[in-house]
Amino acid sequence: MTLQQLVATARALYDDLDLECVRRWKDAVPGRKAVGHMPVYVPRELIHAAGMLPVGVVGGGDRLEIIRGDALFQSYICRIPRSTIELAVSGRLDVLDGMLFPSICDVIRNLSGMWQLLFPGRYVRYIDVPQNFDTAVGGAFWRRELERLRADFAELAGREITNDDLRNSIAVYNENRAVIRELYRERSRRPWIFPLSEAFLFLRAGNVLPPEEHTALLREYLREAPLDANRREQDHSRVILAGMFCEQPPHGLLVTLERAGCDVVDDDLLIGLRWLTRDVGVEGDPLDALVDAYLHASASSASRYAPDGDRARWLLDSYAGNHAEGVVFCAPSFCDPALLDQPMLVAGLDRQGVPHTEFKYSEDTGQFAVIREQAGTFSDSIRLWSAT
Amino acid sequence: MNVQRETSMTLQKQLLSDHYDALARAPEEGKKVVYTFVPGNLNELVRSFDLLPLLPEINALQSGMRKLSGGYITEAEKHGHSEDVCTYVKCDIGMSLRGNIGPTGKPLPKPDLLLLSYTGCFTFMKWFELLREQYDCPVAMLHVPYQADGRVDPHQRDYIVQQLRTEVIPKLEQVSGRAYDEDRLRAMLRRSARAEDDLVWVLQSAKHVPSPIDAYFGGVYYIGPIFSAFRGTDEAVRYYAALRAEVEERIAAGAGPVTPDGPMKSERYRLVVEGPPNWTSFRDFWRMFYEEQAVVVASTYTKVGGLYDTGFRHDPDSPLETLADYCLGCYTNLSLPARVDLLTRYVREYRADGLLINSVKSCNSFSVGQLLMLREVENRTGVPGAFIESDLVDPRYFSAANIKNRIESYLQMLDQKRAIA
Repeated sequence: MTLQQLVATARALYDDLDLECVRRWKDAVPGRKAVGHMPVYVPRELIHAAGMLPVGVVGGGDRLEIIRGDALFQSYICRIPRSTIELAVSGRLDVLDGMLFPSICDVIRNLSGMWQLLFPGRYVRYIDVPQNFDTAVGGAFWRRELERLRADFAELAGREITNDDLRNSIAVYNENRAVIRELYRERSRRPWIFPLSEAFLFLRAGNVLPPEEHTALLREYLREAPLDANRREQDHSRVILAGMFCEQPPHGLLVTLERAGCDVVDDDLLIGLRWLTRDVGVEGDPLDALVDAYLHASASSASRYAPDGDRARWLLDSYAGNHAEGVVFCAPSFCDPALLDQPMLVAGLDRQGVPHTEFKYSEDTGQFAVIREQAGTFSDSIRLWSAT
Repeated sequence: MNVQRETSMTLQKQLLSDHYDALARAPEEGKKVVYTFVPGNLNELVRSFDLLPLLPEINALQSGMRKLSGGYITEAEKHGHSEDVCTYVKCDIGMSLRGNIGPTGKPLPKPDLLLLSYTGCFTFMKWFELLREQYDCPVAMLHVPYQADGRVDPHQRDYIVQQLRTEVIPKLEQVSGRAYDEDRLRAMLRRSARAEDDLVWVLQSAKHVPSPIDAYFGGVYYIGPIFSAFRGTDEAVRYYAALRAEVEERIAAGAGPVTPDGPMKSERYRLVVEGPPNWTSFRDFWRMFYEEQAVVVASTYTKVGGLYDTGFRHDPDSPLETLADYCLGCYTNLSLPARVDLLTRYVREYRADGLLINSVKSCNSFSVGQLLMLREVENRTGVPGAFIESDLVDPRYFSAANIKNRIESYLQMLDQKRAIA
């Protein structure tokens, strides 16, 4: 495919609120099943090993009119649960045979209970990840949770999940995460070749495509984008985006940041796709390998306890490692984890003299003028300081 | 105006005042202080090490009742805390920024340990991560899994017990300089169970018609000692025995609840309430009910620090396992279907006329899903529900006129329903 075709493919998947692509995947082989999951971490390897398709559900963005979803939430609740409910009650998620709710915050936790009440008989599970990272304690707990998920998925799929199935799926996802890491590295090196507004579409495709196809798509993108002679380095500032790990920003917001002169060289968008920061072991017991990776090689995120007390470490490491010039805190309105985390991150940056700016969004934000002005001023000020 | 108080309230006031005095004297007396939370608190364990518990949520609600929380919240927001997040957290942080003066007017001590019981509320974790930035002291993290399936699984209990053994107890030993004494803990748990028996008796006395208690506005006083620093102490046993005797007398006399304006003379509406109260206008809020002769006969807020009326009691024979079960069973750690079941049961068993939800902006753990819960309970019981919104300690979110209007309209609707029936 040409780059234009690749982008069009990724954009079509992004726009596919009805999950037609999932329907097509299921229809291709009778009996196939798909399991949805909310953002941040779920062990997708277990779903894949059962021959099912993991489907990331990240709300309705700015392309969905919310009617019934709003009737179930107070005004001070963030946007993602209401659009997710809207997707479900409008039948768009009927293609999913189950739904998983990771422990991100109290909103997503309670949403799992709402699902139980609204859709009795459908498979629903809350994924309670450990906040204790001792192998014998939190690890033992997480292993039991994984064993239960494995049994559930085997029942849902109507087939056993063998250790070899699981090792194969781990290898598939290792490859997928590796190519995502490569995309991030390349973006950091040459952000004008892989602008975030475009790369984001390719990452989002990972929510609905089988991982093997997603890996292939990313590889093609990595190959084709540098061949576009129109992509030239611009006088932009190198910034990191933080706070977008759950409710995703509208695509227009990412375009706005770029137009405001920001090259985004790292971010926490769709963090679940690259939650595990190294390959999971493919030798030995596969559940133990998943446990070990979760405990010792997880991304840093507001929803995960930081036992060492250094909440801003990941941001400072990214700042240094990506030669960034500033940080843009961009959190969804009413997002408790991101907004409670932010003062600690800000304090960490201030101690090191790292420039930063903050604003909020919701997935259906439609007016970007203020954000453009703020981000533009921030970008200009960075370049001004860099020049002196 | 003279505020009417039950005898037990005077007793409780003294308990709290003595405790805050002890906290104020702690640095000079060399006593060590543990900050912790109400849901999933390990009071018996903390006390068994002769450590003094201090609960920032209680400080925040008291600041709310003393009309100080608004200023504290503004202070925290000035320091970069978002207007969107929990006001308990901001009230606590604002209070510490302004010198951490406790309710008795004396400065509260800094923590020697932050005991982060992550039970039923995600925000707790962020709250103590924020405090950790402020205080140079160790943190003991106790992660309590969520009862998503409406039951406790053995591996959830094992996980908590293992954390108690490997994380919490070693840190309590380190801070206190004392060894873990299981016999001492058992003795305290035995006292907890006695107090819990009396508390449950008091809460269930509201099944009488008329109810001798208000199980929400009065109830928040009744749960005070057992939800905070006194569970497992002799003082708590004495308090609950006195409270029970007081309620027994009221039942014998056919008397209703005691309100700040005196005993209620008649009971016209029996309500179940879901959600925490507003603290900044607590008395005004209560008055909106008792002026209409509305009595709250059961509430879920009085179960956040322990759900005892479904049968749980601390068991001295399995000290760590019972603490695990206690943590797992706190109200906001229950799934939404389990909360709907409990509310349905309350409506039926307490012969309630209605269910009122006070949805607070600060607490997503409580609030997310409440509109659906309301609908479910209405469907199951046929009893009509009502929904009001306020906040815990942010006075900007308590609109007295709106709330009063809603309550009055709701009660009128209950009257019309009765008339039709």
